[in-house]
Amino acid sequence: MTVGLFIPCYVDQFYPQAGIATLQLLERLGVDVVYPPKQTCCGQPMANSGFSHLTQDCDDLITESFAEFDYVVVPSGSCALHIKDHLHSDKHPDDARHLRTKVYELVEFLTDILKVKDLKARFPHKVGVHQSCHGLRGLHLSQMSELVAPPFSKPEQLLNMVEGIELIPLSRVDECCGFGGTFCVAEEAVSAKMGKDRVADHISHGAEYITGADLSCLMHMEGILRRQKSNVKVMHIAEILNSL
Amino acid sequence: MKDHAALSEEFNIDEPRVNWHDETLWLIRQKRDKAVHGIPEWEWLRETASQVKNNVLSNLSAYLEQFEANALANGVFVHWAADANEHNEIIHSILRKHQVERMVKSKSMLTEECHLNDYLTENGIEVIDSDLGERIVQLGNEHPSHIVLPCIHKKKEEIGDLFHKYLGTAAGESDPQILTEAARQHLRETFLTRKVALTGVNFAVAETGEFVVCTNEGNADMGAHLADVHIASMGIEKIIPERKHLGVFLRLLTRSATGQPITTYSSHFKSPRQGQEMHIVLVDNGRSRQLGRENFRNSLKCIRCGSCMNTCPVYRRSGGHSYHSVISGPIGSILAPNLDMKEFADLPFASTLCGSCSNVCPVKIDIHNQLYKWRQVLVKEGYVSNTKAISMKTMTWVISFPALFAFAGKTGRWAMKNLPFLVNNKLNPWYKAREMPVPPKESFRDWYVKNRGQK
Ligand code: SF4
Repeated sequence: MTVGLFIPCYVDQFYPQAGIATLQLLERLGVDVVYPPKQTCCGQPMANSGFSHLTQDCDDLITESFAEFDYVVVPSGSCALHIKDHLHSDKHPDDARHLRTKVYELVEFLTDILKVKDLKARFPHKVGVHQSCHGLRGLHLSQMSELVAPPFSKPEQLLNMVEGIELIPLSRVDECCGFGGTFCVAEEAVSAKMGKDRVADHISHGAEYITGADLSCLMHMEGILRRQKSNVKVMHIAEILNSL
Repeated sequence: MKDHAALSEEFNIDEPRVNWHDETLWLIRQKRDKAVHGIPEWEWLRETASQVKNNVLSNLSAYLEQFEANALANGVFVHWAADANEHNEIIHSILRKHQVERMVKSKSMLTEECHLNDYLTENGIEVIDSDLGERIVQLGNEHPSHIVLPCIHKKKEEIGDLFHKYLGTAAGESDPQILTEAARQHLRETFLTRKVALTGVNFAVAETGEFVVCTNEGNADMGAHLADVHIASMGIEKIIPERKHLGVFLRLLTRSATGQPITTYSSHFKSPRQGQEMHIVLVDNGRSRQLGRENFRNSLKCIRCGSCMNTCPVYRRSGGHSYHSVISGPIGSILAPNLDMKEFADLPFASTLCGSCSNVCPVKIDIHNQLYKWRQVLVKEGYVSNTKAISMKTMTWVISFPALFAFAGKTGRWAMKNLPFLVNNKLNPWYKAREMPVPPKESFRDWYVKNRGQK
């Protein structure tokens, strides 16, 4: 099995350590991973702002870069969802259609494809899990609080394999953090308020770290935590699962 | 005209008030959760309701004609209104026929949509809203901020002040019990003296020609039962095929809205009582246009429960008035651009697309996907600022060329580290309440080339 690694633009530029952890974790689990160098961005910031008609070139780049792999793994729920829902290519329509079915966010790849049963990881801290909306409601990484259905959580399933970790409960289990792509600047006031409230929920339950499968949300919350001079840190789930 | 971002920025100046607004609505969302988790077949009910509504939307004209024929046979006058203006004129003509200058109204968002109150006031007719919440916003000369809880944005002290001014309660009185009693006395007098009562319609049954009005205060019944003339205004999408379908919708409506098992009063109206006159006005006002917009027709399934507003994290922190549209919140943001794309172009962007609205919606409207689709339409039609268009075009250009992307990333990170004032300033909206991420030494791409080489 060969996996193509998609590293979202902002992870590449601002959080390379999450990309490295993803790569190392997959390698430790025996997966053959390749990072195709021509990738840039999934195109979501444009599409969510109403400019999906401008993203053909970047869709083509993705399609050409990843067509040959068995799976594509993305350490970001919202980018994975965007590719799954919206990737299309006039140049290679079949490849693009096929690719949409092969894209997995990291957590779901670990639980659903690799079916990981144990991890040799240790992280002796109190951790709050932020359910990013696109991972949660788009990819169904966990059960959603609005629906009447039995509970499950793929991120927690994995985190519970980590030695020493203590997952903290939250008052509002799956409320949005307010990042929302360009929403965070276009609707600055509401976005910042949502972020503050989200962070406060974690802090009031004693979190030392906030983790999740989407760095965009974590970046937003990190910005707020640092402005508040808080000691609470954010960390991508791959880094926790990869910590020894 | 201020847009949603500007209006919600104003709303956010008073943070304790935002907290209060958020917590009040969250409490209702929690009540809803508790109520729906008591029903194992909840998701099945939602699916059934959604399919019934699909059937309705595919056969709308046939069901409306069936409804009209049955209503006429029941002795009801039926009117058709293409738009708001025609609706208002029809109501006015009925009032003129009966030579009345005062009317009592039970909560109807459709008459808000048609701006009936303003129209009638200009024509010398006094309208009193009989729903307590609506009466409060009417006294305060405001509009409802929520379709089910019209004055949810007002604190009880503010309501006390209004009642002191208009209904003669003691200054500083804010006890809900006392205020409600004062409103009761005031409205009782209204009910007893009005000859014409207007109600909304929650569901109209094609099979029987009857309609159902749901209220918690019984105000629709009080008005309709005492008046000589009962007018019911309904949007054409309110139709359901058969009486048996009511069982599905009535179970969904109030659990979604307030967490109650059922509305206190779900009143069925079929034919006028002896000596009474009954009118039904069927209003289009843009609905058939929305039906023709394939991507947005689903929005017509809405039964106006308001739960998408209660769950919406943006609505809770921006308030209903920030949507500057009669129907606020997520569903309002889909309906409003249908009425006027230019005026409401900002609304589909007033969302993080978190998707909670679609999950609570009792008729399974894909609300957040429709918001996404509206964005594409509005941009293509040119209803988006030039600055945004230019920055989006630049961004797509950069990400279309891997080498340029890597170069821009490097320069950007270098600039953030060495010239932080470039980004850490007041012109950068991110920086107002948040720190920028700390730029790392190298990108993932650089690290990969160094450590794994080109495989
Ligand atoms: S869109 Fe759905 S959730 Fe929102 S008010 Fe309508 S029926 Fe209720």
